[in-house]
Amino acid sequence: MGAGPKTGSTVFRHPAWLRLTHWVNAAAFLVLLVSGIAILLALPRLFWGETGANDAPAWIELPLPVNVEQTGWGRNLHFLAAWILVINGLAYLLLILASGHLRRSLVPDRDQLSAGHLAREVGDHLRLEKARGKEALRYNALQKFAYLGVVLILFPLMVLSGLTMSPGFTTAFPELFILFGGRQSARTIHFLAASLLVLFLLVHVLQVFIGGAGNLLRSMITGRFTIPSEKER
Amino acid sequence: MTDLSRRRLLTGSASLIGAGFLGGCDAPALSRLATPYDWSNGLTFAVQRWLLRRQPLVREFGPEAISAVFPTINTTDPDDPGYRTSKLVGFTDWKLPVTGLVERPGAFSLADLKAMPARTQITLHSCEQGWSAIAGWTGVPLAHLLAHVGLKPEARFIVMRSVDGWWDSYDLFDALHPQTILAYGMNGGDLPIAHGAPLRLRVERQLGYKSLKYLTRIEAVERVDGFGKGRGSMVAELGFPWYAGI
Repeated sequence: MGAGPKTGSTVFRHPAWLRLTHWVNAAAFLVLLVSGIAILLALPRLFWGETGANDAPAWIELPLPVNVEQTGWGRNLHFLAAWILVINGLAYLLLILASGHLRRSLVPDRDQLSAGHLAREVGDHLRLEKARGKEALRYNALQKFAYLGVVLILFPLMVLSGLTMSPGFTTAFPELFILFGGRQSARTIHFLAASLLVLFLLVHVLQVFIGGAGNLLRSMITGRFTIPSEKER
Repeated sequence: MTDLSRRRLLTGSASLIGAGFLGGCDAPALSRLATPYDWSNGLTFAVQRWLLRRQPLVREFGPEAISAVFPTINTTDPDDPGYRTSKLVGFTDWKLPVTGLVERPGAFSLADLKAMPARTQITLHSCEQGWSAIAGWTGVPLAHLLAHVGLKPEARFIVMRSVDGWWDSYDLFDALHPQTILAYGMNGGDLPIAHGAPLRLRVERQLGYKSLKYLTRIEAVERVDGFGKGRGSMVAELGFPWYAGI
């Protein structure tokens, strides 16, 4: 690393396109979550395979009130937000590839993958210890794994499982039924992947508070980040 | 002759791209872009029309896939007096008027329709409420009936009406698709009352609410903005998109 910025100094951390796509995605995801729950309430039961209905045996019956009156606005809002999320997400993927952000910032560095480093990170996380000094200028390895999982696995899974519920889209791409094992399986996977994204969101927001909400929020809004000083050990 | 050449024109693989897009701009999915929902639903319509430009068929299953449970929603036994008396005589007095922009308007009995070439398809029905079920449907392809009455060249949409007051419209891209059928049979038997007897529509590439039950009338028209509130379907007035491919 050499002589980088000094602790306590303020650096420019996140480029504008990253901040913009981050917040557009955050807004679209929250809208998709609310409208998705509205749609789910019409049939809060999950199934595997092609078929499933109220009187058919379910894999899971979710403890939610049944309400079939919310799908009109729910579906309109869901697909509006889905279009925004997909277009924004494609732009983001293109930009992290083109700018080198994926390779430089999201793929773990070699030193982060040693057993000793990973053990220290797990310990820091368990003690809710925030990153300091030059370590605060890169994502930690666990954070990178989480981001890569969300960006490359969970969001693509959400979009593809969602499209598998579309009778029009699956007529053009019936392979999706094979990929997910049927329309109701895709619906169940859509729910499970959404649940994991909600779990990610909760941990993500918790980590923002642990790392210093003011500083981290500012860095994702204006791009400016103050490097936390090293703690006396 | 006119009807046959028109049908050949519309079912030719290359010109269907034209039918999808030229018809598409008049379609209720694109004719009114007032709200953000109109834009996102219109985008879905345009993209799916492009993806389906070669008119692929939906999957068909074997009889072993037929669901034990096939829900029935909305109207399951119409209380229309005419329907009730017709039901008592096994719909033998029932007739389906086919009117509008056709060369030879007529009214067809169930026996007339059953004498036409039949298609049986076992398909997945997807409801906007989240459930899905597989059933076999037997009926006459709508494209055949429209060719029989001779669709006029200016006809762009087919308006369907149901005995319970429900109505919907379809552009020729969907109306002439080989799996768009007027079904009088289900799972090898007669179409049950709860599933829309004596005749229901099957539009397999869209959600279940486009597959109207209890058909009473078919009309070929050039524009649909004069019907109801001009949104192309009754459900569109309740907030559900006219195009239900997603």
